[in-house]
Amino acid sequence: MKKTVIGLLIFALGFSGLAGCGNAGKATVTTDGSTSMEKTIGCLGEAFEMETGIRVTYNPTGSGTGIQAVLDGRCDIGLSSRELKTDELQEGLEGTVLAYDGIAILVHPDNPVSDLSRETLGAICKGEITDWSQIGGPAGEIVLIGREAGAGTRDGFEAAIDAKGMCKYRQELTSTGDVITTVSRNPGAIGYASIASVKENVKVVTIDGISPTDEHIATGSYKIRRPFILVTKKDASLSENARKFYDYMTSGEAEDIISFAGVVPANSVTE
Amino acid sequence: MKKKQFMENSIHGIFFMMGFIAVACVLLITVYLIISGIPAIGKIGIFEFLLGREWASTAADAKFGILPFILSSIYGTLGAIAIGVPIGFMCAVYLSKMAPAGVKRAMQLAVSVLAGIPSVVYGLVGMLVLVPAVRTIFGVPDGAGLFASIIVLAIMILPTIIKMSITALDAVPKEYEDASLALGAAPVETYFRVSVPAAKSGIAAGVVLGVGRAIGESMAVMMVAGNGANMPDSLFQSVRFLTTAVAGEMSYASGLQREALFSIALVLFVFIMIINGVLNYFLKREKV
Repeated sequence: MKKTVIGLLIFALGFSGLAGCGNAGKATVTTDGSTSMEKTIGCLGEAFEMETGIRVTYNPTGSGTGIQAVLDGRCDIGLSSRELKTDELQEGLEGTVLAYDGIAILVHPDNPVSDLSRETLGAICKGEITDWSQIGGPAGEIVLIGREAGAGTRDGFEAAIDAKGMCKYRQELTSTGDVITTVSRNPGAIGYASIASVKENVKVVTIDGISPTDEHIATGSYKIRRPFILVTKKDASLSENARKFYDYMTSGEAEDIISFAGVVPANSVTE
Repeated sequence: MKKKQFMENSIHGIFFMMGFIAVACVLLITVYLIISGIPAIGKIGIFEFLLGREWASTAADAKFGILPFILSSIYGTLGAIAIGVPIGFMCAVYLSKMAPAGVKRAMQLAVSVLAGIPSVVYGLVGMLVLVPAVRTIFGVPDGAGLFASIIVLAIMILPTIIKMSITALDAVPKEYEDASLALGAAPVETYFRVSVPAAKSGIAAGVVLGVGRAIGESMAVMMVAGNGANMPDSLFQSVRFLTTAVAGEMSYASGLQREALFSIALVLFVFIMIINGVLNYFLKREKV
């Protein structure tokens, strides 16, 4: 399966000049990027199309690919679920925070541990605390389940606990669903996933006593969150349709839709 | 007459075009992989790249050593072969030579179904059943790792080995076996001393194809291997294969990390080419 995906990717890149995500013909706005933003962009795109008749296409390729697509001019608006890196900003890109996504810390439902401090969490991830008995749980090795390098959730998580690039994962999985499933199957596991995707089969722990509610995420009192960012070129102006969609997404009326999609709208639109 | 000639030529042209599309795809992929894979190897240095023991592609001080991936891929494939080949081979001998017609038909159907199951399903079952089972049975903190991958790969290569071996064994002329039986050899003796040697290049081709499938599989492996970039120094170590190293990070990769992933794909491509070369050797020998 993944091999096919990569094959297609290779072709897509090879033919990018020919295929791309051309926006000639019908009125469309093309977006490309973070798979985590699928629901948010899907909801916004649908609502926008109903209002204006302009179609919004979404290509779930991942933050890195989406940012690259903006640079190459292959899409109108790039979607990134991580902060832009300095070299990306230097290349003339600009990011606007659309919303914040809280990252929930998950453990197996049978695990008695229900609160962790950020320091403890950091120590667990760096491998300084390795057994649940050290933090008030039953004896048993802590199995850290995470996402692959470069994933927005991982970036957001590691940045929030000040352990960027220092986490010692037992498993690195490539989707949120896989992380949740794996944690739900292993009593010693701890993992992280976007709040919106968390289901009944895992337990969400509070961080420094604060639960990941919308309010706590919006105010920033729940610290483990990541931004959903709209990526555009600083110097080039958007096409008329893309501008409309951009304004629509950042307007007040889109906030309800963003909340509906399970993330917290960024109150003030700032760089 | 002229019209007929024209038809002939145009149809020849159409067929040539069709054939060329397949070749063009291979060429395009090869050229693209080489062009995009070489630069990163140059930047990292071929020895640091192939023999480096550390992979930290997004760290501030990025390290791009793929020895853990190469070794994991090789160990995983060897392990799968060690388990899959004896089972597949015995199964093929049984189905081809000993099984009653009804059993043979039913089992061949089962093997075909096994071949048709998408790899993501193998991965899912592995993740939900095999990984927790490995954890409980062997008492390790987490079941995902080299061992679970080997089991999944062994099952995945079974159909290839069984089918190729059955075809080869079925093609052994009946006269060979009749002659052996007439000389007083027992049936089982005949199968292993006469039929199997006569079919050996076909069976070997099946094994090589199985190796190709095992080394190229990514989806199923990604779901059970754990994907930690560790040296495979224990059976239960969380490991990352060449395929999963590419597939796992590609969607979010940027800069040198992205280029390095193409280089890994190039290394994998070279592996597959070698396997294809070996396969061709066996198949050609069969014809002579």
